[in-house]
Amino acid sequence: MTDDELIWRISGGSGDGIASTSQNFAKALMRSGLNVFTHRHYPSRIRGGHTYTEVRASEDPVNSRGDGYNFLLALGDSFARNPQEEAVYGNEEIKPLSENLDELREGGVIVYDEGLLDASEIPNFEERAEENDWHVYPLDLRGLARDQGREVMRNTAGVGATCAITGMELDHVQDLMRDAMPEKILEPNLEILQIAYDQVREEYDVDAPDVSVPTGEHDEEQLLMSGSDAISYGAIDEGCRFISGYPMTPWTEVFTIMTKNLPKLGGISEQVEDEIAAAALAVGASHAGVKAMSGSSGGGFALMSEPLGLAEMTETPVVLVEAMRAGPSTGMPTKPEQSDLEHVLYTSQGDSQRVVLAPGTVEEAYEQSRLAFRLAYEYQIPSILLYDQKLGGELTNVPKSHFDREPNPTLGKTLSEDALADEPHSADGKFHRFQHDVDDGVSPRSIPGQKGGRFLATGNEHDPTGHISESPDNRVAQIDRRTEKLAAIRDDLDQVDTGSYAGPEEAEYGILTFGSQQGTVEEAVGRLNDAGHSVKSYGVSDMLPFPTEQVAEFIESVDEVLVVEMTASGQFRGLVQKNLGRYGEKLSSLLKYNGNPFEPAEIVDGFEAALVEDDGDASGHQTTFVPAAGD
Amino acid sequence: MSTFSAIGEEREIDRDEYTPGVEPQPTWCPGCGDFSVLKALKQALPEVGRTPEETLLCTGIGCSGKLNSYLDTYGFHTIHGRSLPVARAAKLANPDLEVIAAGGDGDGYGIGGNHFIHTARENHDMAYIVFNNEIFGLTKGQTSPTSPKGHKSKTQPSGSAKEPIKPLSMSLNAGASYVARTAAVNPNQAKEIITEAIEHDGFAHVDFLTQCPTWNKDARQYVPYIDVNESDDYNFDKTDRVEAAEMMRETEESLYEGEVLTGRFYVDEDRPSYGEEKRAIGEMPEEPLAERYWDDDYEWERSHDMFLDKHA
Ligand SMILES: Cc1ncc(C[n+]2csc(CCOP(=O)(O)OP(=O)(O)O)c2C)c(N)n1
Ligand code: SF4
Repeated sequence: MTDDELIWRISGGSGDGIASTSQNFAKALMRSGLNVFTHRHYPSRIRGGHTYTEVRASEDPVNSRGDGYNFLLALGDSFARNPQEEAVYGNEEIKPLSENLDELREGGVIVYDEGLLDASEIPNFEERAEENDWHVYPLDLRGLARDQGREVMRNTAGVGATCAITGMELDHVQDLMRDAMPEKILEPNLEILQIAYDQVREEYDVDAPDVSVPTGEHDEEQLLMSGSDAISYGAIDEGCRFISGYPMTPWTEVFTIMTKNLPKLGGISEQVEDEIAAAALAVGASHAGVKAMSGSSGGGFALMSEPLGLAEMTETPVVLVEAMRAGPSTGMPTKPEQSDLEHVLYTSQGDSQRVVLAPGTVEEAYEQSRLAFRLAYEYQIPSILLYDQKLGGELTNVPKSHFDREPNPTLGKTLSEDALADEPHSADGKFHRFQHDVDDGVSPRSIPGQKGGRFLATGNEHDPTGHISESPDNRVAQIDRRTEKLAAIRDDLDQVDTGSYAGPEEAEYGILTFGSQQGTVEEAVGRLNDAGHSVKSYGVSDMLPFPTEQVAEFIESVDEVLVVEMTASGQFRGLVQKNLGRYGEKLSSLLKYNGNPFEPAEIVDGFEAALVEDDGDASGHQTTFVPAAGD
Repeated sequence: MSTFSAIGEEREIDRDEYTPGVEPQPTWCPGCGDFSVLKALKQALPEVGRTPEETLLCTGIGCSGKLNSYLDTYGFHTIHGRSLPVARAAKLANPDLEVIAAGGDGDGYGIGGNHFIHTARENHDMAYIVFNNEIFGLTKGQTSPTSPKGHKSKTQPSGSAKEPIKPLSMSLNAGASYVARTAAVNPNQAKEIITEAIEHDGFAHVDFLTQCPTWNKDARQYVPYIDVNESDDYNFDKTDRVEAAEMMRETEESLYEGEVLTGRFYVDEDRPSYGEEKRAIGEMPEEPLAERYWDDDYEWERSHDMFLDKHA
């Protein structure tokens, strides 16, 4: 736990503006030169119910939510309010204060809106505050905003109070307000911000707590971006101009970002009747010569299984994104988990082939969104971008230069009409779209409307012209060729250098993880080494084709390996063992599946208990330790 | 653009161009009504002036789905019930293509029923031909959504307790702008209706009564039909939704009583197709999206230049 960081938690009810306020505050911190990382926690309901967002800010890079937090702004209660009237509903009044205390660090700050919350209703509040050396500021934020005629602006008052206590200048916040707000509400907001700031500085001893905003400086321009943003921009830069979908949390974020932007780029977005249609549309658009994507979350992706197989069999490039949430069935819609891994690896019938990539950070989300498209179109295979609610929703700063890349709208091995004329055709002029003997398994394709390119795409096994065939020789040739692509893709991926390593090369222990847990694991690795352990980590990005060699090398280079994942059944560990076929006795699992992502401390504790003490009792956290098993 | 030079090519088109040179072994049974649809399409396409290479035929799964093994256009034999979503997207991606969708009654009205309703509702510009043989053919004779009440099959041994679906009324109510029924036993009408359906700018639904001599010998499609547009007994305005709906109700009820009424039941020339609607609100480009990928001069926009400032 570093001292020179601020982890600010803003809590209230859904609909209280927690998301927008925290987003702006994070951006102000980023603009002041800090690295930021946000973590969202919200219930699956529209208004009311307890929700919070954490904004972590530090001079050093931050890639996880951190452990606990040190500043609580309890902005509202958990009631949903009708803005016109006083009517409220819900029955969780004091939760934004009561529910958040367990993780508040010693010496932390509590600002709560005494216009809405009554701390005396919380058992032993004063004793706990004293024991933990918390600095408590009951402020009438609601009254203050109401005096200016705008009760809803109490969030601005809360930000003003935060700045006063943490010693943050108001200028970045003010600039942001000027950028984002229409004239009509700008003035009162600026006023409320200033009044709250001044009032707190005058009336309270703001130098007492040891919680302040650190200072930092970026050496290049930064952007505040979520995983969903990064996936969308990656798709756009790779020439995707068609998206079809059906809403489902958390995939909806990518769907809406794309839908907002595609028409501006002359692209097309379609909200359709269900996920089967959504994936089938993406296949149809791609067949007609457009770069297309679709996606969903757990249950919606289940419906896509058949069109996915169709894309494989007809070798139609397509990108599907799968935003994981806790399952099975509708599970916990707004909570992250990584347990759809096996679902996306193995769904659909037959010996099916696909690419599955799992980015670990927002930067990688952009990278791998582009990569998913490139691989899909170059190799005529469906690619799945697998991420989770955590990565999709977390905001973090990324250098702007990271996005300064050339677009890549190429469709892959697609023939011009001139080139088509030189390709093999049947006697009736039918183009051999699915030739058996081609390099890397990829037969060049034609697009409907091209002269000399006529062929049939079918989900049935087919001969080189596309006609349905059950000939044994043809079957073997076609399936071998389709399978060959995966080896070529693996070679390709080896050049691209996906995956993330942290810690000293010569280490005694290893931690393996994938997807959104990568940043948290890397932070834990840093701490473990600081504490005198010798440990390194490998965040694997390619789930299929799997980087078997790299993972084997990693495992061989250490004595024991902890596999960290957000599943209950150790799906990722299973994948490692399936691909490697050995090393079971070297692998232990650290699992978490309570709806919250890992905190670095849980991994530190889990590591110490599992590998160093070898007592098999991970920790007091809601994590599970599964010891090594022989093959 | 020479990229899709088959599109819009003006020339005499011989109907044999649609026939695969090396004919695949037909998998349809002798006497199957599906041959009539194939024939009608081969006659209609040259009439419309569309070449095989500018035509994309999307089919579902079933005996009917095999259609594009015998009609030599660009083809997409999709999955059971899903010809429409594939066809829709292809049409949006390249509106200059002639997109036709086809499949069986199980395919289109059963498993694909949801897509059928929504494609009609959106009025996508395509002809949709449903081979209605009132039975599942390919899977050997199970009850289909159009099988009559009381129809006995291995999966409904006591006779179906369900009323058959009313596909014409369904597509009218959902929003199709052209709804017709024709039958294998009348090749001339079939050809005319299919020609019109292809030419129609909007979703043209043709319920094509086909016989399945193998599994559905009793079906009424063998009964002589009446063309409601020709007969003096049926006076109605096919551009009037209410009158059209009434005629459809009549034909759909009488079908199972032995009287087969066919013809054009609803024609709305004014309703804009979905593509036109999308263009009008700025959600679809003027030029076919698919062409852009071949245009070397096109400047591809980057997120860096367009969207990143709001994140700074
Ligand atoms: C998802 C799925 N379910 C079931 C099948 C099996 N199946 C193939 S064709 C068919 C029925 C076809 O009936 P219909 O659409 O009426 O066409 P016909 O064969 O009569 O032309 C079925 C159930 C399948 N291929 N896919
Ligand atoms: S089973 Fe029926 S529908 Fe299928 S080919 Fe034979 S006759 Fe035609």
